[in-house]
Amino acid sequence: MSKLLNVSSSPHVRDQVTTQNIMLDVAIAMIPASAYGVYQFGVKAALILLISVLSCVLSEYVFESLMGKPITVSDGSALVTGMILGLNMPPAIPLWIPFLGGVFAIIVVKMLYGGLGQNFMNPALAARCFLLISFAGKMTDFTYSDAVAGPTPLAALKAGEAVNLTSMFIGKISGTIGEVSVIALLVGAAYLLFRKVISITIPAAYLITFAVFVFIFGQHDLTYVLTHLCGGGLIFGAFFMATDYVTSPITPKGQILFGILLGVLTGLFRLFGGSAEGVSYAIIISNILVPLIEKISIPVAFGKEGK
Amino acid sequence: MNNKCMERLYNGIVKENPTFILMLGMCPTLAVTTSAVNGVGMGLSTTVVLLFSNMLISALRNIIPDRVRIPAYIVVVATLVTIVQLLLQAYVPSLYSALGIYIPLIVVNCIILGRAESYASKNGVMESTFDGIGMGLGFTIALTCIGLVRELLGSGAVFGYTIIPEEFHISIFVLAPGAFFVLSVLTALQNKFKAPSATNGSVPPSKLACGGNCASCTGSSCMSNHEVLQTRKKQMEEEALAAKKAQAAKKEAEAKTAASRKEE
Repeated sequence: MSKLLNVSSSPHVRDQVTTQNIMLDVAIAMIPASAYGVYQFGVKAALILLISVLSCVLSEYVFESLMGKPITVSDGSALVTGMILGLNMPPAIPLWIPFLGGVFAIIVVKMLYGGLGQNFMNPALAARCFLLISFAGKMTDFTYSDAVAGPTPLAALKAGEAVNLTSMFIGKISGTIGEVSVIALLVGAAYLLFRKVISITIPAAYLITFAVFVFIFGQHDLTYVLTHLCGGGLIFGAFFMATDYVTSPITPKGQILFGILLGVLTGLFRLFGGSAEGVSYAIIISNILVPLIEKISIPVAFGKEGK
Repeated sequence: MNNKCMERLYNGIVKENPTFILMLGMCPTLAVTTSAVNGVGMGLSTTVVLLFSNMLISALRNIIPDRVRIPAYIVVVATLVTIVQLLLQAYVPSLYSALGIYIPLIVVNCIILGRAESYASKNGVMESTFDGIGMGLGFTIALTCIGLVRELLGSGAVFGYTIIPEEFHISIFVLAPGAFFVLSVLTALQNKFKAPSATNGSVPPSKLACGGNCASCTGSSCMSNHEVLQTRKKQMEEEALAAKKAQAAKKEAEAKTAASRKEE
């Protein structure tokens, strides 16, 4: 039968986008940051990434096999979770910690709540916070593999020391594997925006709110604001973790609210909190508030505007 | 009599375990179980209070006026808790300091008030005492299980003996979130392996307005109304059976008349 005469029920317009495609795009977008991380921190970084990806994929496979559920490993979401988790690890971490993190991310945060689409917070970030609370010493030990110890730029900034903005932009600093190079992250983010995997709404609202917050409550100085923007996991978080489909609002209005919330929380944690970094906690707290944001940002149905 | 007492023990420890099935007394459960020893200490203190409070309240149940029963229960429980607190302070000061504020808080423990209200105030002294022991032991066992798991994962020790090197301690398990993880996983396991609890049976659907399933009830009335509900449930089932029988008889009669008409 010709396609034109085919009578069927709606929907009539279909798209080729699948979960698999989207996840693959996200994974590709993280390659520049991963590659830079491996270049900067050596083979150990590659090993950490590999282990956290393997741990996520294996946990999903084992859990689903044991529970007699359809195996969803091939949709790539576990791969992305594993990559994000690995990029969030400091380079000097013992290798069993990313493994443990992967198991926690997939089994506790994702599978126990019903798998992809049901998790109430970003699995990779929840796992990072789990590890951060459990192994505070190891998770904040940012020693290079060639034993160049040094505080992250944000910690230095908090201590009142001067930092070099250019090296922060390129990535010649200490930090977690994926967050150091702003330029590599921006390349990945541009790819995601170009492929229309993410929209600019959440990252823009996030970064602008954060910049304004830091400008008002921090120092009234543009370099200071830029250092905060480039430092820590802010760029990584804004483009790769806050934009997670499952744990971010659906409507543009909700997304703007979500971004503002993220910006304010991150600013609060960074400027007034005890630790130098606050992106992960800001994102998972906002994740939990997403149902409330959705509630107040329901769009008005067509024809009901006047009421 | 003896049989009834054993049934109360079984009921408290397995069938209606206060922690894993009734989900009562969550505050001390989550707060003090950072180690197995703390769990045992908290559980046994509660057991002692529960035993004597059930005994006393059951003995006084005909004297206490109905309208002031809750204050009366609280006075009894608070007296007992004070005694336990002073004894702990005198003889096991280490446990006393480990449990801290949670000893005086036994006064408002829902398990104790719940048992007083739903069981001791309606039943004899002997049964109530054994009900208290059963519930208390159930609570103790549950707290010890949670404490064991948290201590093992969080500080690598079993009853204080370190068996895992410090490098591998997952310290989140001795903090508050770990308590929730362990409690939920243990409860899930209990459901998974279908321990013979009150919530795991195949309950026939009921016509009662509230569904009649006390396990899934969120109201506070279910505990005290349990027996009333059970009798009403039985009544309804009997009525339904009678109606069915009547209908069947009616149909049969109709069929007979129809058949006889055909013959005619």
